[in-house]
Amino acid sequence: MPAPAIQMTGIDKRFGAVHANNAVSMTVEKGTVHGLIGENGAGKSTLMSILYGFYHADAGSIAINGKPSLIRTPADAIHSGIGMVHQHFMLVETFTVVENVMLGAEGGAFTARGASAVRAKLQALSYAYGMDVNPDAVVSELAVGELQRVEILKALVKGADILILDEPTAVLTPTEVEKLFVLLRRLAGEGKTIIIVTHKLKEIMAVTDRVSVMRRGEMVGTVETSNSSPADLAELMVGRRVVLTVEKGPANPQGVVLDVKDLTVRDARGTVRLDHVSFQVRAGEIVGIAGVSGNGQSELLEAIAGIRKPAGGAVSLNGELLDCGGRDDPTALRAKGLRHVPEDRHRMGLVKPFEAAESALLGCSDEPGFGSGPFLDRDAVLADCVRKMEAFDVRPADPRLRTALFSGGNQQKIVLAREIERDPKLLLIGQPTRGVDIGAIEFIHKRIIALRDAGKAVLLVSTELDEVLALSDRVLVMCGGRITGERRPEDTNEQDMGLLMAGVSSDAPKVAA
Amino acid sequence: MSEAFQIILLAVDSAIRLSVPLLFACLAGLYSERAGVVDIGLEGKMLIGAFAAGAVASLVPNPWLGLLAAVMASVLFALVHGFASISQRGNQIVSGVAINVLASGLTAILGNAWFGQGGRTPQLPSGARFNEITLPLAEAARSVPLVGEIYYQVISGHSVLVYIALGLVPLTWFLLYRTRWGLRLRAVGENPAAVDTAGLSVTRLRYSAVIMAGILCGFGGAYLAIAQSAGFITDMTAGKGFIALAALIFAKWRPLPALGACFLFGLLDAVALRIQGVSFPGIGQVPVQAIQALPYILTVVLLAGFIGKATPPKAVGVPYLKDRS
Repeated sequence: MPAPAIQMTGIDKRFGAVHANNAVSMTVEKGTVHGLIGENGAGKSTLMSILYGFYHADAGSIAINGKPSLIRTPADAIHSGIGMVHQHFMLVETFTVVENVMLGAEGGAFTARGASAVRAKLQALSYAYGMDVNPDAVVSELAVGELQRVEILKALVKGADILILDEPTAVLTPTEVEKLFVLLRRLAGEGKTIIIVTHKLKEIMAVTDRVSVMRRGEMVGTVETSNSSPADLAELMVGRRVVLTVEKGPANPQGVVLDVKDLTVRDARGTVRLDHVSFQVRAGEIVGIAGVSGNGQSELLEAIAGIRKPAGGAVSLNGELLDCGGRDDPTALRAKGLRHVPEDRHRMGLVKPFEAAESALLGCSDEPGFGSGPFLDRDAVLADCVRKMEAFDVRPADPRLRTALFSGGNQQKIVLAREIERDPKLLLIGQPTRGVDIGAIEFIHKRIIALRDAGKAVLLVSTELDEVLALSDRVLVMCGGRITGERRPEDTNEQDMGLLMAGVSSDAPKVAA
Repeated sequence: MSEAFQIILLAVDSAIRLSVPLLFACLAGLYSERAGVVDIGLEGKMLIGAFAAGAVASLVPNPWLGLLAAVMASVLFALVHGFASISQRGNQIVSGVAINVLASGLTAILGNAWFGQGGRTPQLPSGARFNEITLPLAEAARSVPLVGEIYYQVISGHSVLVYIALGLVPLTWFLLYRTRWGLRLRAVGENPAAVDTAGLSVTRLRYSAVIMAGILCGFGGAYLAIAQSAGFITDMTAGKGFIALAALIFAKWRPLPALGACFLFGLLDAVALRIQGVSFPGIGQVPVQAIQALPYILTVVLLAGFIGKATPPKAVGVPYLKDRS
């Protein structure tokens, strides 16, 4: 049996008080697709960054193809045949594909000769693997799927035998994911070693040979994928049994709460981001918006929430025509019963250096009960936060702790508590479980369904297709700023959704077979 | 040839002289900012360079030693800026302001202490300065109408530093767009993480750019003190470093437009000098201050709306920190 492609032994890494990797060992066999899963903060990205020389391990050793290797910088890793596709692409937007690929491997002091060599290699590789990329395209003009191809080609051109992909499917449509997996299997078949870091259990099951599971900085086990199940893996990740399916009864929709007609939004450059979007949300139903991120979902939420002024169209709440982004700013809309859980809680939902009680008060400080005149009643604010923390099981339930010190799931619960506890008529909720651990996902999903059952209208935006399908009573799919179709979750499947997400529109809903 | 033509030639000639320090500083800023390091310390680096050039040339009457001293002093200041903003990841604006304040104070105090002439350095003899060079055949060409006159009046008769400055423009273009170093430099100003993951040192690249800026500011300072003038005068940069920054934005961080922008600002300066004291019909004599303010007003107007959108390098002003997640 040949030596394993990667053998990491006793890797230890601390960031201040955080023990990110605690004596982690991991073996990856040559020519396999190896999954690495774990909740947020479990230490998988740290481990891969150490393998790629981005961070230095405090202790431990790495052997590549049986040979002990000292990987101190990414240059060492590249030299050892390791390539990495980062979750946030490491590309220079103003450069062409060729310039991006040749960066760090220019082949001489002048770029002309290196550029033609890289171009030739790129063409050969894209031909061999059916990855169509124009070498002279400027990166800022490429779509996300193409960017990922550039990243993979970049690693291959530099001669990578071991390819690490960090959350590679987050930005892809189901069809693109399928294509990527075919490519990964093929590369593995040719003897290359693939490590795929993800939190999506379904993808792990679909593409990997073996899976390593991390929890709280420790490696809790490596299993053969064929001998495992999503439920087993989830249990390994969380350390207890979790319910992966969402249980909910049938919806009981009442009158129309939100009526959106021909809503059009342009960005600062004048590009149309939202193109005549029309739909309704009724009381007692959850309407989900599915789609690959960046197809107008953010603009839709922001326009309805009064953060962004639409270029055209009409939005009505309970029959009252709104002037979103004008007279109806977020404060006015809150008074009318519209609550918004923003997609990016770090950018819009919370102030990380604030203590939890202050974050839980954002936008609500004018309410009576929190003080009088210009003064805040600190005791009331703290007491209110404690109440919310109990209702939403926020841990630790300490209202004076800095917001940044809570885990992603607990931060999200603080935002949810702030918005849901104020009895909204309409809740807009973006990416309810992004960066949230599996345990908390279950809780958040239950609260959203409870809100629906209490007769509230919910508009849900998520790029996690499974989440949209599990929670929604009706699903609208967006692509390129338009709604490309509407489905009931029970009448559709992944392939059908994938086509809609890619913009292949078919207005006739499919009849379930 | 007509008198008007002569006036234009003279104006262009003096515009070239006045735009040279701007051009040195502007290219210095271009290297630095293209690599992602904001440099508002151009002014201070030029000033300390001018002082070093004036001081050394007054002791050793050799302009090349003066230039060397200017470059060394300016690079030293550049390294301070580099240490603060690259190694220590400090605020680049604060560091730049500190350099300007330090240079302004230091040159005045040292100048006074060493030479006792109120902050000036001693008047330099001709041998200690960069003198004007008459290009070959310039005298002969003088009588040829148009082409010969332009050659004699405008192209010939500058100090060697002027020709170096002009030569730096195509050189900079070549370095940025045709060499490995230039590719990496541009990359580190747009997305340092991409450079880091490609196995290259962000720190080393940024230092190389900052040092380059120091060298060029040294040239600019030396030009002011020992080519254009015959010695250092307190605060002789007079805001040229800031005008150069404006020119850099105006040129959208590209070398060839930088030449154009610097020339335009130099021309404004030349015109301002020329119309001082001139009586205009209907207005009368315009106050000198109003004329001197002209380049600044134009800068504001141009930057406010006439150049379209100037998109700076994406990572400019942002210290590079490996994100820990």
